[in-house]
Amino acid sequence: MQFKPEVINEFEGIASRYPVRRAALLPALWLAQREFGFISVDAMKAVADMVGCSPAQVLETASFYTMYHKEKPGKYHLQVCQTIACLLNGSEEIKKTIEQKLGLKPGQVTADGKFSYQPVECLAACHNGPCMRVNDEYHENLTPEGVGKLIDDLKKK
Amino acid sequence: MQTVEPQLTKRFGLKDSYTLKVFLATGGYSSLKNLFAKKPAEVIEEVKASGLKGRGGAGFPCGMKWSFVPQNTGKPIYLAVNADEGEPGTFTDNYMMMNDPHLLLEGIICACYAINSHMAYIYVRGEFYAQIQRLNGAIDEARKAGYLGKNIQGSGFDLEVYVHRGAGAYICGEETGLLESLEGKPGKPRIKPPFPAVVGLFGCPTIINNVKTLSSVPWIIANGAAAYAAIGTKESTGTHVFGLSGHVNQTGYWEMPFGLPMMEFINHYGKGVKGGALKAVIPGGSSCPILTAKECEDLTLTYESMRDHKTMFGTGCAIVMNEHVDMVKVLKNLTHFYSHESCGQCTPCREGTAWEDRLMKKLLDGEATTQELSMMLEIADNMEGKTICVLSAALAMPVRSFIQKFRADFEKYCKPSISAVPAEIS
Ligand SMILES: Cc1cc2nc3c(=O)[nH]c(=O)nc-3n(C[C@H](O)[C@H](O)[C@H](O)COP(=O)(O)O)c2cc1C
Ligand code: SF4
Ligand code: FES
Repeated sequence: MQFKPEVINEFEGIASRYPVRRAALLPALWLAQREFGFISVDAMKAVADMVGCSPAQVLETASFYTMYHKEKPGKYHLQVCQTIACLLNGSEEIKKTIEQKLGLKPGQVTADGKFSYQPVECLAACHNGPCMRVNDEYHENLTPEGVGKLIDDLKKK
Repeated sequence: MQTVEPQLTKRFGLKDSYTLKVFLATGGYSSLKNLFAKKPAEVIEEVKASGLKGRGGAGFPCGMKWSFVPQNTGKPIYLAVNADEGEPGTFTDNYMMMNDPHLLLEGIICACYAINSHMAYIYVRGEFYAQIQRLNGAIDEARKAGYLGKNIQGSGFDLEVYVHRGAGAYICGEETGLLESLEGKPGKPRIKPPFPAVVGLFGCPTIINNVKTLSSVPWIIANGAAAYAAIGTKESTGTHVFGLSGHVNQTGYWEMPFGLPMMEFINHYGKGVKGGALKAVIPGGSSCPILTAKECEDLTLTYESMRDHKTMFGTGCAIVMNEHVDMVKVLKNLTHFYSHESCGQCTPCREGTAWEDRLMKKLLDGEATTQELSMMLEIADNMEGKTICVLSAALAMPVRSFIQKFRADFEKYCKPSISAVPAEIS
């Protein structure tokens, strides 16, 4: 597994912003996730090569952060906030709707690879809870019906 | 209640408020003239005199923090902007960056000039994808127009600003966890001292400030410390963007001077409690001790009133709960959060947060007695003051305040304790 030359170029631009190359490890992992879809062991080796640190250092860092996928997520990754403010306004119902509609437990992916589901902690949109992210997009003021419809729409895409 | 012009949110609602064009047309970057006319030490004095306190949660006086930076080490000095916004219930930095990213950049220029830094990193939580696009767009515009880069507006002052994307870890909001993360490592907080102002990012002097703290600075530089200190109360000067979530009819955020009574905030701005009478309020993010409805009666939105009520101002974002809320379920939510987010370095925190969560599960499952409640309080006492950072205390405080103030909710789940077992068994 290797980065394309233009991605390595992009990385070098980012690395030049820091006095120490290791500091560009989080950006490098973001690039790897963008390019390869998730952070596999091979992707970690490629990141280590590019950044110039050991694969163990890459593993140590990648595994600390929840947003780096260690396995391939679904095409639509549903991240439902389950923290206090969203809880007060019905996040349990949202979780239940997703779990029943897609037959998923936290951390699972549908057989067709279309959806994955992960309850997450406070997304900093608490006044519009319950809320979730679908890939990098926020969906707020969720209702069970609205989430059901959203999933139906995404299924058709 | 004073009415004052908005400082932080005045562009919110304007079309394209985030663009340089709108920013400049509405007085943006106008503090720089005053800024560059002063010596850095004078800027620090000005910010000190304004009384501005850090808005990230700890409320540390901003100017005083800046004055701790040693200017004689020969090393570069860094500014790290804390845009990790992860404290449950807190959501206003989000909108500061979406609606007025240039205001933050203007604040960053002021801060960097004051502490003699030429490099700032904005550490933004990984989930804020749109906010990162906004910031990068603003940085590009500012650089092209000579507000960033070399010789800013002919002042001779150079500054580069970069966005650094986090990747999902609450603990990276803790200032030294943030620095570790910026260095490409797991975000595990560092032992202090040394304090980051002396030994921070890459071993160099570093100031860490919250988004709203920095966004408050341009107004102070443009209008003077005295004008700022005249707003709010003696101890809580200026304005803040206060937030409301949970059980109110109108959730949201509003900029106003410090000093509004909490009940007026809930009833006037929040249009009243939703779904029943008021039961409790967590005043400034989930780490702050919870308050009963009664305690809220004479509470004001100030640092001093929160302290007098044995809680904290925190982030100024309140979570409101109505009478039907089961405090046991809410505390379970928090014990889960903190045990999930503990970085695991310190035993009292790693074990304490996990134990509190397990005991809460036991209680919810109907398997606990009042002995477990006592145990939870005892564990909480052992989680404080013994750890590298205050995440551990940030769970201990809710545990204690929830159980002490809403004991009846907790006792409902308790089975009879051994001593209450009928005599014939013993
Ligand atoms: C566990 C933990 C999480 C924190 N998260 C944040 C955060 O998301 N944003 C923030 O500005 N400050 C956060 N803080 C506070 C910072 O450590 C620090 O006090 C603050 O960024 C300093 O900036 P200020 O002086 O401008 O408030 C957190 C503190 C702790 C202990
Ligand atoms: S108190 Fe908890 S979160 Fe903070 S450094 Fe120790 S283990 Fe990590
Ligand atoms: S609690 Fe759900 S976004 Fe903050």
